[in-house]
Amino acid sequence: MSAETLQHTALTLNDQLPALQILVTFIAAPLVVMFGSLRLAWPITFAASAISFVIALMLLSQVIDGSVISYHMGGWAPPLGIEYRVDAANAFVLVLVTAISTLVLPYARVSVAAEVQKKHHTLFYTAFLLCLTGLLGVTITGDAFNVFVFLEISSLSTYVLIAQGANRDRRALTAAYDYLIMGTIGATFFVIGLGFLYMATGTLNMADISDRIADQGANRTVRMAIAFIVVGIGLKAAMYPLHLWLPNAYTYAPSAITAFLAATATKVAIYVLLRFLFSVFQPTLLMEYYSLRFVILPFAILAMFLASYIAIFQTDLKRMLAYSSVAQIGYILLGISFLTETGLTAAIVHLFNHGITKAALFMAVGAYVLRANGSFYDEIEGLGRRMPWTSAAVVIGGLSLIGVPGTAGFVSKWLLVQGALEKGWWPVALLIVASSLLAVIYVWRVVEVLYMKPTPADSVVREAPVSMLIPIWIAALACIWFGLNTDMTLNAAKAAAQGLLAGSAGMMN
Amino acid sequence: MTEFTQEFVVGHINYWLFIVLMMTGLYIVVAKGNLVKKIVGLNIFQTAVFMLYISMGKISGGTAPVFPIDMNIDPDVAYSNPLPHVLILTAIVVGVATTSLALALVIRIREEYGTIEEEGVLAADRSIARVEEKEHGEVMGGPV
Repeated sequence: MSAETLQHTALTLNDQLPALQILVTFIAAPLVVMFGSLRLAWPITFAASAISFVIALMLLSQVIDGSVISYHMGGWAPPLGIEYRVDAANAFVLVLVTAISTLVLPYARVSVAAEVQKKHHTLFYTAFLLCLTGLLGVTITGDAFNVFVFLEISSLSTYVLIAQGANRDRRALTAAYDYLIMGTIGATFFVIGLGFLYMATGTLNMADISDRIADQGANRTVRMAIAFIVVGIGLKAAMYPLHLWLPNAYTYAPSAITAFLAATATKVAIYVLLRFLFSVFQPTLLMEYYSLRFVILPFAILAMFLASYIAIFQTDLKRMLAYSSVAQIGYILLGISFLTETGLTAAIVHLFNHGITKAALFMAVGAYVLRANGSFYDEIEGLGRRMPWTSAAVVIGGLSLIGVPGTAGFVSKWLLVQGALEKGWWPVALLIVASSLLAVIYVWRVVEVLYMKPTPADSVVREAPVSMLIPIWIAALACIWFGLNTDMTLNAAKAAAQGLLAGSAGMMN
Repeated sequence: MTEFTQEFVVGHINYWLFIVLMMTGLYIVVAKGNLVKKIVGLNIFQTAVFMLYISMGKISGGTAPVFPIDMNIDPDVAYSNPLPHVLILTAIVVGVATTSLALALVIRIREEYGTIEEEGVLAADRSIARVEEKEHGEVMGGPV
């Protein structure tokens, strides 16, 4: 071929961080199977997750000032090669995902041993690692088709993990099957959207697509691409009318998996939505503007009210929290639909704050399942006295879910109200406050069950083991910490929001 | 607005077929009660997408994108775009993985429920839910 020789430039480990972010967990997954040892499965998984967490923190520290890392996979330059692109927005999500997995794993050890058959443990941790790899890959890549591949890696392993709940309740199987059907339809819609984008632009690199759309403007193909991608990712993110898979999947999955998925999977899908809406397409495209204003905004508000309303009438704590998740995703989408810096910052902060809140709550549910053998309200009656630490964490998480001042939930809801008022949409601000009142009701019901009801006299329930309490309390204390010390989350979210908005040519008022 | 001339309709035949296949697949997923038939529908739906991608890579008169061994490239020869084909190879692998996982789930559902008809599975789920409602709901002030 060509006679010119390529200069070999030595890369330090630091330059390889974006690739290592994916590779550590990806290589650990087959290692767990190859060793095939029950005793080694957990330590390998935990070590891989912890290393990923450190890498994510290092990446975030490099891009928090607004710079962008562009990593060329295999040395092939974009737009032909696959590019990994790290900026403040996805570094923030990477930290969230790896932090939650590193937190959930020590907890999972006891919880999974109690809820999943022993012979499945090595494969269980393999699927967990693959799911983590998929979520990280979706977040870090700058190549549109690569997003689809990683999305399917994480989805397929998620279906497996949810089905593992069949040991306790056989409905986990139907929940996993339903999620598989809907998730595959969502992913296929996403690929159809990508196909249209490729037809219109002839490239798959996100930055490149964005440039070409900016040059040539929108046409019908690009508008179809927006529609397919929003619906496809909306299915994965459980955007309100497309949320039907979520309550069953979260209720019947093993507790550790529910905690992990609730805090990460839907959040990553929302990140992809953000990336496509703001970095690939521009909000100045009328189609996108209309779909945000007239589709996503009303459905977000509907989700806030209807899902909260359904949550009030649940008799199972785990199911109640699942419906509450649908409502909270409504808040995040509402922030996105404002199309302002404050709104986006609120959405990204809420993505993080809701992640840690739901991790704390769902992990506490797992502790009840372990000790009281269920999470129905009549099974956890009066356990506030028997399991004081777990129950106190539930109260803290509940307060953060409502958005009481001093908790993480308050910060994001405050920003959201601010964003609404900035736009002059005071009815929306009122609706945010009104829907929080519904959260007061469903959280109060839990507090009432835990503390006001008498403990059954024959109850032999003990406090959860320390290995579960520590992760629960780290998450619960994080809810308070990020409610009082808001600098870190707000700065990162602001940098992320500015980065996303800078990708668009100009804002619409 | 594009005129629906004969040339337009026939010229886009593979895109029409893509829409027909896609809708057939989606319809089977929604309308059929048998869990295996739903997976077949899902497969047809995914196959439609393969067709969309392969159609866009094809150039009329284009040949396979293989350069001659002596690298004397004739500028008049048009080559088809290989990239969509490669993408679809990946998508096919994903589709196979999804199908096998879905079938494995159906086997497990058959073991637990004794049926693979949606009606039977739903009825079984509903009766468990009713029992749960009775057992746990009454304590909470009556079933809702």
